[in-house]
Amino acid sequence: MSGAEARGARTGGPHLTVGDVREDQRLAPLVHDVTATTIVLGALASRDWRPMHHDHSFAVHRNGTRDIFMNTPTQAAWFERYLTDWTGPKGRLGRMRFRMLGSVFPGDTMVFAGTVGTVDVDETGCGWVAVDVTLSVADQACTECAARIAIPTGPDDNPWDRRGERWRP
Amino acid sequence: MSERSDLPAEILSWIGQKRYEQVGEFDVERGYIFTTCSSVQNGNPIFWDDKAAAEITGGPIAPPAMISVWFRPHHWAPGRTEQALPLQVHFDLKKALDVPEAVMSDNTVTFGEPVRPGDRLRTWQVLRNVSTPKKTKLGTGRFWDIDVEYVNQRGEWVGTESYTGFGYRKAPR
Repeated sequence: MSGAEARGARTGGPHLTVGDVREDQRLAPLVHDVTATTIVLGALASRDWRPMHHDHSFAVHRNGTRDIFMNTPTQAAWFERYLTDWTGPKGRLGRMRFRMLGSVFPGDTMVFAGTVGTVDVDETGCGWVAVDVTLSVADQACTECAARIAIPTGPDDNPWDRRGERWRP
Repeated sequence: MSERSDLPAEILSWIGQKRYEQVGEFDVERGYIFTTCSSVQNGNPIFWDDKAAAEITGGPIAPPAMISVWFRPHHWAPGRTEQALPLQVHFDLKKALDVPEAVMSDNTVTFGEPVRPGDRLRTWQVLRNVSTPKKTKLGTGRFWDIDVEYVNQRGEWVGTESYTGFGYRKAPR
């Protein structure tokens, strides 16, 4: 059991700290079967009323896609969930950069996979991890996300306490 | 020669200026937070458990990735005749440069102060840069960088979405 897992066992979830992370570390993949409900629920939750995200006929006949497809805000929410499932609730997102390569449709199986890039502590004492996450379907990358997420430097640190000049995402 | 010197004066005047400032149509609220977390099966306790939220984030917050959600207009509203376009500066550039096609090539979101239920956010768009004409496999056009900045009702910065667009005319076949 890792240090983070041991702490999680006491507190009801992982609480990753900088000492638990190393460069090139691979995150456990997240696999999810996508349905039309996945797409529509995400579109409505993100207040995206555009028909290509809920109307099959519009998507096929007007957009020329094979079905309705997942919007970008829903994908961002999935990336956020994937990252904070790994860090635990003290993980605080600083930045996400997206590169859209393809669409996600009902019937697809999404696979999220991540690899740690750099791990560092900035001059204010905030711990940062760079993670490259890829959302793939059938081994084809659909979206790449380069994320920078703050995690505690130790058990008494909490990135959410940072304000103003002490938060440099 | 400056990258900007060949641009129309109207576009030069937009660079660095706050445009399309608007206040969200409604307060940040937990119903959408729960629905969003539910839609992606995000069980992070800071969104579901008030005790965990109090201990970790000083009270309930919205998932940072929801930042643009609070500005999407209602599908219908009484008296409204035109739907506002998100990222209007992008469409203004297409029109001013007379380029029929445009794509977004890059999107980065940076997060500041946490967004909390009850907040009423404000946003504006800033054109940062427009390139000289470039030729790509899509066609000939220009790249542009647009920031969409968000603050809360106290003027605290809560996030920025940065977009790089490419407006172009298709290469002849």
